[in-house]
Amino acid sequence: MSDQSSVEILTEWDIVAARQLGRNVAKELGFGTVDQARITTAISELARNIYLYAGKGRIEIQQLTENGMKGILIIAADSGPGIPDIRKVMEDGFTTSGGLGAGLPGVKRLMDDFKIETILGEGTDIRATKWLR
Amino acid sequence: MNFRIPILKLRDTLIVSIQWELDDQTALQFQEDLLTKLHETSARGVVIDLTSIDFIDSFIAKVLGDVISMSSLMGARVVITGIQPAVAITLIELGIRLEDVMTALDLENGLDKLQLELEA
Ligand SMILES: Nc1ncnc2c1ncn2[C@@H]1O[C@H](COP(=O)(O)OP(=O)(O)OP(=O)(O)O)[C@@H](O)[C@H]1O
Ligand SMILES: [Mg+2]
Repeated sequence: MSDQSSVEILTEWDIVAARQLGRNVAKELGFGTVDQARITTAISELARNIYLYAGKGRIEIQQLTENGMKGILIIAADSGPGIPDIRKVMEDGFTTSGGLGAGLPGVKRLMDDFKIETILGEGTDIRATKWLR
Repeated sequence: MNFRIPILKLRDTLIVSIQWELDDQTALQFQEDLLTKLHETSARGVVIDLTSIDFIDSFIAKVLGDVISMSSLMGARVVITGIQPAVAITLIELGIRLEDVMTALDLENGLDKLQLELEA
């Protein structure tokens, strides 16, 4: 079962809107302050990547209920250039924009489950889940 | 929607308390405003209080890190105060280590630390 809401990412302000949406859903689901910060940070990283590298895309937040467990799923989807080398972008410090290169490897550590699907020239779909303990 | 973070001056120290969630533009504007103010006032220390901040992502971390390096180029020391537990945890999980950064529990401790540093 899932319940979803989403934010289109077109401008920097949409990054703020996406993380506010995520934080509200996380709070509603009963996540504590540390997990709320993890979820908000993860959304911020993924939304900013869309803005920077794909130009536009979408952050979708789903509430999950599975085998009596509750969780939150962040989907970051864009139709941008795609990622040529997934292994490289998952290394700490790898950046093509003069950033810290902390975003993607960071999101993987902040969340419980992390998946990237990307096709060059077609886009990127990243899914990250956090379960309520 | 754009607003500026107020920067206060107390003797030879600039004091900044970040009270709202930072968007990218506000963070970059703050960087510029702080350096300009350092130049205008010849302040030797800066305290940036993050008590009200409940998350820091890699972008904000980079801006903060840059502000600290730039201030040091201009001869001023920066102390970061009031980092919440959730913020400390997520920063480390993101892989960001503000290792060479002076920190203190709260504004008062931060000002004390800065004073000691500037007298030394
Ligand atoms: N949605 C995307 N589409 C295309 N390329 C992407 C996308 N997201 C990330 N990348 C690529 O992966 C690299 C690593 O991303 P990551 O978020 O880890 O670091 P960064 O954005 O460069 O820096 P930071 O997030 O620390 O500010 C980026 O520099 C970019 O080249
Ligand atoms: Mg990034």
